[in-house]
Amino acid sequence: MSNPSGAGPSGPDDGRSADLDAASSATLHPAAREVLLAALDRGYADPRRLHGRARDARLLLDNAREATADALGVRPDEVTFTSSGTDAVHRGLLGLVKGSRRGDVVVHSAVEHSAVLHAVAWGARGVSVGCDRLGRVDSDGLLGAIAPEVGVVALQTANHEVGTVQPVGELELPHGVPLFTDACASMGRLPLPDGWAAAAGSAHKWGGPAGVGVLLVRKGARWRSPFPGDDRVDERSSGFENVPAALAAAAALQAVVAERDEVNARHHDLVDVVRRRVAAEVPDVEVVGDPVARLPHLVTFSCLYVDGEALVHELDRHGFGIASGSACTSSTLAPSHVLEAMGVLTHGNVRLSLQRDATRAQVDAFCDVLPGVVRDIRARVGL
Amino acid sequence: MTVPDLELDCRDLRCPMPIIELARHLHDVAPGHVLAVVAHDPAARVDVPAWCRMREQEYVGEDVADDGAPRYLIRRVS
Repeated sequence: MSNPSGAGPSGPDDGRSADLDAASSATLHPAAREVLLAALDRGYADPRRLHGRARDARLLLDNAREATADALGVRPDEVTFTSSGTDAVHRGLLGLVKGSRRGDVVVHSAVEHSAVLHAVAWGARGVSVGCDRLGRVDSDGLLGAIAPEVGVVALQTANHEVGTVQPVGELELPHGVPLFTDACASMGRLPLPDGWAAAAGSAHKWGGPAGVGVLLVRKGARWRSPFPGDDRVDERSSGFENVPAALAAAAALQAVVAERDEVNARHHDLVDVVRRRVAAEVPDVEVVGDPVARLPHLVTFSCLYVDGEALVHELDRHGFGIASGSACTSSTLAPSHVLEAMGVLTHGNVRLSLQRDATRAQVDAFCDVLPGVVRDIRARVGL
Repeated sequence: MTVPDLELDCRDLRCPMPIIELARHLHDVAPGHVLAVVAHDPAARVDVPAWCRMREQEYVGEDVADDGAPRYLIRRVS
């Protein structure tokens, strides 16, 4: 059952195949596994009840909250566990909209995650602000878009598709307009920036279990629940708490924060290898995103004249799991709105993101295979 | 309005085929002349300008073909 190498099911576990799609979902951190197994038996009860087993579950939930707060450098009463990162995004953003005295317009970057865009479409009015070729938001355009009816600004900490870090902590929003930051792509990996009123994270992106989101609401922020209430432990959320998963998510977060200097340095170097080798060894390729101010574990590139779906399948056949922002790989058959906003090639797109234990051998094996795979796909159309 | 010297019918082609057709037919027009790609595929709106940037050709802009389909204009530079 345990597969610590991170190798995908379609490839032999020989160190030369790999799940290179951690940004979609990370392998469960060993620290989370231990805690989860113990907490499944100990934390099943209803943390709202007053008997012994229930108090035990409540204790575990409170421990999870305190550990999460400690790892993120926030107050425990600013932490809410939600049923997913998407749920945390919806609650965080729309709760600030509902609490706003100014209006229901949300100014957001054009490269926000679809969870943010869907939330805006559902419960607010959106004003989209563009970005540069590297995917970094136009800060002046964003500040300039803050009209009187603007209630919230939404800006991600880092982009989930190309890794570019956004200037969240550097923005000085006028008139006390609150900032919502979608921190799902970076939480645990990078320190939280300052300057937000609400933030969201997703446990399965840092090595915790799926089904746990983290909503952060700053003490004193004007936030009102956008959804029906519930009489649970935390008024910002609803539904029965998944105590074992929340505790496991917190354990993973603590571990990831404790080891991130080492892991990030290793990932940053491995991604540099990919950036360098792909650009040098694959003709007609564009490596996108900020080469320096970026998530440490993620790189995206596009190969001219290559069908993205064929690329995903061929790399999978060679044992490598990757994501793609190309239109043919999406359910909507529309190209990635992130790549579109950046004005970079959308077809033949690969997003590679390293699992925690990624090795140089895996990265080199990927780079060894890629030029031939691209050449073969191009040859199918006579190029 | 720019009148292209050659119009490629890529209406029914999905990405990346319109861009492949563009690359195949670039040399069917002389340098300084304009080639057009007509494509419904939404990726073409992004990928034609990106291709021009990568291949150092001039992206002239977007208009519509006779039937209203999106049309992308490229001037051959080299």
